[in-house]
Amino acid sequence: MSEIKVENKQVVIPGEELASGLDFVPSGAAFRENEKIFSKRVGLTSIDGRVIKVIPLAGAYVPNTNDVIIGKISDILLSGWRINLFSAYDGVLNIKDAVNEFIRKGEDLTKFFEIGDWVVTKVTNVTSQKLVDLSTRGPGLRKLDQGRILRVSPYKVPRIIGKQGSMVNMIKDNTNTQITVGQNGVIWISGEPEMEVVVGELIKTIEENSHTSGLTERVKGLLEKKLGKEIKV
Amino acid sequence: MMAYTKRIDGRDFKELRPMEAKVGVIPRADGSAYFKIGGTAAYAAVYGPRTSFPRFLQNPKSGVLRCTYTMMPFSGAGDRVRPGPNRRSKEISMVTEKALIPVLDLEDFPNSVIDVFISLPETDAGSRCAGITAAALALADAGIPMKDFVSAVALGRVDDKLVVDLCYDEEAYEGGPVADIPIAMTQRSKEITLLQMDGEISKKDLLKLVELAKDATDKIHEKQVSALKEKFLREGFKNDN
Repeated sequence: MSEIKVENKQVVIPGEELASGLDFVPSGAAFRENEKIFSKRVGLTSIDGRVIKVIPLAGAYVPNTNDVIIGKISDILLSGWRINLFSAYDGVLNIKDAVNEFIRKGEDLTKFFEIGDWVVTKVTNVTSQKLVDLSTRGPGLRKLDQGRILRVSPYKVPRIIGKQGSMVNMIKDNTNTQITVGQNGVIWISGEPEMEVVVGELIKTIEENSHTSGLTERVKGLLEKKLGKEIKV
Repeated sequence: MMAYTKRIDGRDFKELRPMEAKVGVIPRADGSAYFKIGGTAAYAAVYGPRTSFPRFLQNPKSGVLRCTYTMMPFSGAGDRVRPGPNRRSKEISMVTEKALIPVLDLEDFPNSVIDVFISLPETDAGSRCAGITAAALALADAGIPMKDFVSAVALGRVDDKLVVDLCYDEEAYEGGPVADIPIAMTQRSKEITLLQMDGEISKKDLLKLVELAKDATDKIHEKQVSALKEKFLREGFKNDN
């Protein structure tokens, strides 16, 4: 007999039994061992028909192809830059994926990106050994030369962005700031200094209350209080 | 000579000392936990997975677990404990790694290392077991894939009695022979991942103790589960979203 042992959207821990019997299929951080399905990470269950999925709630950022992330130049290589992604693995940005003009052999690469610069990049490829290729060609991908950087858990990024960007857009529009949220949990904010501080506080609130319901409403209320005026969403 | 009829701290022979567990106690670590059992308390902090240095420790097929056990200078009952690695702490760091590695699934983290730092502010016997129990919690908190949980406890024999979770006064009992046997077990399959012994015991008694360890680790695991779930429920994950 097949049987589900957990509810939908329930917190599960490693080694916890989720279901028994062969009628269910594990997905995400769930795995099958003989007749049973267990979780291997702390996560939330998501049951969809016969598929039992565990969505992890904690862990370091793992690079995925097509993720837009914010990284810091950590080294200059023969033909590109090494970038710290705030993950277990560094990424490599090759000259040809970053610069349009012709570059002579032995030219000084620091005139494009210097060690310590922050860049918005996109992951173009990840190998089985976790070698990460990056690119700065594409809309919004660039070097960041002003503003401030914040870091949050990469698992809270979806909540900061909100449904179709609702959360981040509300904050951007009402504080006149530019915000870029990297999938690795690095966030860039630029605008009036006072507003940058306000946005920083709002993001901290979202991070601390990331999975409570009515979060957008709550953040809206907080934003109104900080700005001292009513806002429309 | 008096036989060991009643435990020094008045507990039942199969009773564990009072336990306390908390997850997420160290803000800057990727995962952390605190576990206290009687007069023995352990903090565990997990950092990583991160790039492995020195490089020769890298394994291109899997992540590497690196544990460091340390007793804090004021943790003992008497003299100051000299901090830093010594013969004993190196051994315990090594057996802690071996107790935890069987449940970890580190294939997705080639060439990386996961650091686990275990520090004990108070010790009253069973410190390696408290360290392993805290480390398992901290690894789960850090989101490291684990196919099963690990819990550990010391069992043994004091004079003619088999006892669970020895305190220091029992370990140092002088009225008869003593055996001190730290055991770590996986939760679901009850496989032994650590078994050491100081003292002497008959085969029959040892087998009895292994059975007792199953019940005792069950109780510790219950405490681990509630501490871990409590942390994530505190953050508001509960049947909404």
